[in-house]
Amino acid sequence: MIEYTKRNIRKWSLLGPSGAHGIAALELAERNPNVLMLTADLCFFSGLERFKVAYPDRLYNFGIAEQNMIGAAAGLAKEGFIPFANTYASFCTSRCADQVRVNMSYMKLPIKLIGLTAGYAAGILGATHMSVEDIAFMRALPNITIISPADCTEIIKAMLAASETDEPTYIRLTGPQNTPIVYSEDYDFQIGKAVTIQEGEDVCIIATGSMVSHAIQAAKLMENKGVSCTVLNMHTIKPLDMQAIMKASEKHRLLVTAEEHSVIGGLYGAVAEVLCKERQHKPVIPFGISDVFVHSGSYSYQMKESGLTAERIADKVIKHMNKGEI
Amino acid sequence: MANEDTVRRCTEASARIRREILKMTYETGNAGAHIGGSLSMVELLACLYLGCIRYDPQNPCWESRDRVILSKGHAAMALYATLAEVGAIETEELITFKKDSSRLGGHPSLNGLPGIEFASGSLGQGLSLGVGTCLGLRRKGNAESRVYVFLGDGECDEGSVWEAAASAAHFHLNNLVAIVDVNGIQYDGDTNEILNLNPFENKWRDFGWKTVSIDGHDIGSILEAYNYVGERPLAILAHTIKGRGVSFMENNWKYHNASLTKKLYEQALEELEVAK
Repeated sequence: MIEYTKRNIRKWSLLGPSGAHGIAALELAERNPNVLMLTADLCFFSGLERFKVAYPDRLYNFGIAEQNMIGAAAGLAKEGFIPFANTYASFCTSRCADQVRVNMSYMKLPIKLIGLTAGYAAGILGATHMSVEDIAFMRALPNITIISPADCTEIIKAMLAASETDEPTYIRLTGPQNTPIVYSEDYDFQIGKAVTIQEGEDVCIIATGSMVSHAIQAAKLMENKGVSCTVLNMHTIKPLDMQAIMKASEKHRLLVTAEEHSVIGGLYGAVAEVLCKERQHKPVIPFGISDVFVHSGSYSYQMKESGLTAERIADKVIKHMNKGEI
Repeated sequence: MANEDTVRRCTEASARIRREILKMTYETGNAGAHIGGSLSMVELLACLYLGCIRYDPQNPCWESRDRVILSKGHAAMALYATLAEVGAIETEELITFKKDSSRLGGHPSLNGLPGIEFASGSLGQGLSLGVGTCLGLRRKGNAESRVYVFLGDGECDEGSVWEAAASAAHFHLNNLVAIVDVNGIQYDGDTNEILNLNPFENKWRDFGWKTVSIDGHDIGSILEAYNYVGERPLAILAHTIKGRGVSFMENNWKYHNASLTKKLYEQALEELEVAK
């Protein structure tokens, strides 16, 4: 039985997103005999080594053949199993987009797709291993729940929650090893319900995935300069918590979105789609990857190059406020 | 040797299925339909449903049923007409094929039609579905059910077919049967000219499959091939004639997907009558 103790939470953070994925897999195996783990030659990388030893007959390694893995996952799901299929985020979304579209989206087969190293976590390997378009791909497909956990604890909670629904689900794992801790103790996680991390009055940062911890830091920097901030963890991109977004627009002078993803088709797009329908809404400043491939390099280098740091968010927002335009 | 009664029933059903395919195609008007690759696999489907599989049309979700996956989903007409033969759907429904709001879409879709395990149409995906289904059956301890996947030879251009083929052998799925409708023609022409996969049988064998090459219109050979059970996944390479049964369609790539004028429809029907 998993325990959300401070010690465990620190341990999961050290292990990083893949390690947390492995911890959740072990818990799921105990909870539900129908849960299976599928991978495409990333057993070790996805943190499933212990799972492999403990449940060898519940792990399927399909080799470097992602399309086949998704098809086989569909077959297993059809026969009543709950397959969690993992590989690099770009390979399990854009590479297999048609398999995902037909099996998960159209046929609604409850595959749980795990996108490892979404964003820049594997960016040092080059553009092929970055994944900054996966939300856009997946969001365009009907019937798929998209979850983007804020830290390792939330990865575990998201996987446990996903196993309890019949919905096809995509969980994108962002952030480096030694993942910043957003939740240092247990909390209530519900798919589709944004979590208010802190409440302020002037600005609301709607963040997802790795950017939640950056948003919390940015809020602190802004508070030092007299700007009061709300931070909203939008861990579920679809179905989107529209109420939370509308409320944020009503209560604040400015909205900010923050995501380790392209500004096209991701959280910013989703938030804008909600607000554009309203007669009046507050402006939204997007923090995400502009429409380019960033040069490969370390995680922190790429985040900095893309303007995805707390300092950059705080500076830009304060400048905006000072211009008096808001 | 297959028993005579089964051979007779499959032969008679095949003739009726062919007529229904012609009728469905004609009824689509100018839209046309994938007639060539439907006519080529008539006997393969008829023999499977009438002479081989565990299938109860009244109970399409029966756990011990055999699973059938039409990976070459464009041959949907042949499947629908076969399902009508076994009573899963009414024959009268067949003329709704491709009509607005019909259950009988241009490719099989999951809209309540009994006997359709998966939607198909995007080629190269069905064998993977079969692999996953076999793994699932094994996990459930279901050693009775087999999984039959129909592929086109043109479809085998798709790399994902070979990913699935490799994994089927890797996981020792001896309850998986791939039936390849080797009619030799794809949308743009001869398969050997578009993308030559020869030696085709060797490929399957080298991927770890037991292979059987048969005349895909010979009822006895088909029934015999279906009865084979071994240690490895089974690939039945059924050599067929695209557009089989209608002289002007046979081996004519233009009838991969085509419409029929009244005159051609009547001529085709007459040819089928004469053949009886």
